[in-house]
Amino acid sequence: MEQMRRPRLGEFVIESLVKVAGLSSIGFVVLIFFFLLREGVPVFFEVELTNLFSTRWYPTFGLFGTLPLILGSALVTLSAIAIALPLGVVTAVFVREVAPHWAREILKPMIEVLAGIPSVVLGFFGMTLLAPVVRRMLGMPTGLTALTGALILAYMSLPTIISVAEDALDAVPKSYRDAGLALGATQWQTIWRVVVPAARSGIVTAVMLGMGRAIGETMAVMMVTGNAARMPLTLDSLFRPVRTMTATIAAEMGEVAEGSVHYHALFGIGIILFVITFILNLTAAATIFKKRRRGGLR
Amino acid sequence: MNRHIQQKIGFILLGLTALMVVMPILFVVGHIAASGARAITEEFITGMPRNGMKEGGILPAIVGTLVLTLGTALVAIPLGVGGAIYLSEYARDTWLTRTVRLAIINLAGIPSVVYGLFGLGMFVLFLRFGTSILAGCLTLAIMTLPVIVSAAEEALRAVPVEFRTVIFSLGGTRWQSIRYIVLPQALPGIITGVILGLLRAAGETAPILFTVAAFYLPRLPRSIFDETMALPYHLYVISTHVPGMPMHIQYGTALVLLVLVLSMNLLASLIRSYYRKRRQW
Repeated sequence: MEQMRRPRLGEFVIESLVKVAGLSSIGFVVLIFFFLLREGVPVFFEVELTNLFSTRWYPTFGLFGTLPLILGSALVTLSAIAIALPLGVVTAVFVREVAPHWAREILKPMIEVLAGIPSVVLGFFGMTLLAPVVRRMLGMPTGLTALTGALILAYMSLPTIISVAEDALDAVPKSYRDAGLALGATQWQTIWRVVVPAARSGIVTAVMLGMGRAIGETMAVMMVTGNAARMPLTLDSLFRPVRTMTATIAAEMGEVAEGSVHYHALFGIGIILFVITFILNLTAAATIFKKRRRGGLR
Repeated sequence: MNRHIQQKIGFILLGLTALMVVMPILFVVGHIAASGARAITEEFITGMPRNGMKEGGILPAIVGTLVLTLGTALVAIPLGVGGAIYLSEYARDTWLTRTVRLAIINLAGIPSVVYGLFGLGMFVLFLRFGTSILAGCLTLAIMTLPVIVSAAEEALRAVPVEFRTVIFSLGGTRWQSIRYIVLPQALPGIITGVILGLLRAAGETAPILFTVAAFYLPRLPRSIFDETMALPYHLYVISTHVPGMPMHIQYGTALVLLVLVLSMNLLASLIRSYYRKRRQW
């Protein structure tokens, strides 16, 4: 009797343990959101909304306008994607459709290396080498600009964009390619008029995940963008210093007192970041799930 | 024939674009290796920082990063591999399972600095761990979790279904099939995923900024409630907060961090390619 029951009990314990481990991810998302709200929501009672959405961020003078930070993040992220999207998609097409075996064997590990380089190392490189080059090319007083940040961020989001875009190209059935070639199109024409359009939704997913990566990037951006909290509204904003939401949190959290208005405001920015990346990832996940359910492409 | 010339030119342009992606990577790694190599001496690796970090070594930062990575592994591996076993071997396709998957996708996308805020709010202040190795490791572990779960689940799912049914047909239980067949077969893939996740934890700065990292602490950590220096944060500090910092020390620190992370990267791909060749199914 005892012998009969023991394995069953063991099975039950093990199953419960791995179930707890599996469900813990839900718990962590909830906990993260809860603690952001707990520390961040008070700012909406301490500071008037007109102040929060004004154009000046000077916490020492009680000015908590988050607009320059939000627009700063948007400027750097969108410029980075504008650089990384063509580079990433073309590289994915090259790797998946055209490259000879040896080139693929070199490219793939190189992209993994890029994904592995810590952001602080890229930031350091950007400060010491890239910024002086940008300064000389633009003839500006400083090389720590939104453009410098966008260049670094573009390369940081490339591994994400390339690997997701590659998966999307992989998912296009061989029969599509054969049909293109059989109609007399060259491989080049088939790639751009058949394969890439068929992989469109996957490429959109790649862009969204790349954007999520770029908007949340902290250290490299803080080190190379100059961190001036000004509204990036003029045309030359790309060539001037800018300050992002992530850099603001990282740079100022060390100096604020726990429970102060400034402290709550930084958590408030954290809430904004959490919500933005949450939406980007949910949308990306939705397209992945939809593709899986439709199943037609695979 | 015009179209074929167009194709030739097109392919060359594609190759050149791929080169544009690769060249800067080679340049960054090569430049840091060349400029940092001069700083690498025995004292630099095994010595304490002296004279406001402008002389001496970076031992406490190296040890700090190793300790943080190890602590992260202790928390993240059981949780991540357990979660992967649940998703791959036990979970049916219910709304709960789908919610778990969504949660993992979202954890993977949360910015590292937001993890830092969370660690500060929950571990440092609410649970009163203070700025400590414990708080830092827990924060990094939660950040690493989605990487490990996804990689481990993929490795487990790659084991053919027949391997499990054989065990069941012999009267074995589900756990026995996992313990004796599925887990050993999937182990190389799981290890690769774990290393890739830990590599990210070792190189991150933002999550440890407010949870553990010490600006200047020229001694080794004494307990899990101690603060510690760490390589990524140290590089940030000496390149932005210390005026007159000698360049070779900055490059040397960057090189040590880069070597640490890239050797983990290399190890992961070696394991992967070695077992892919040996695999019989």
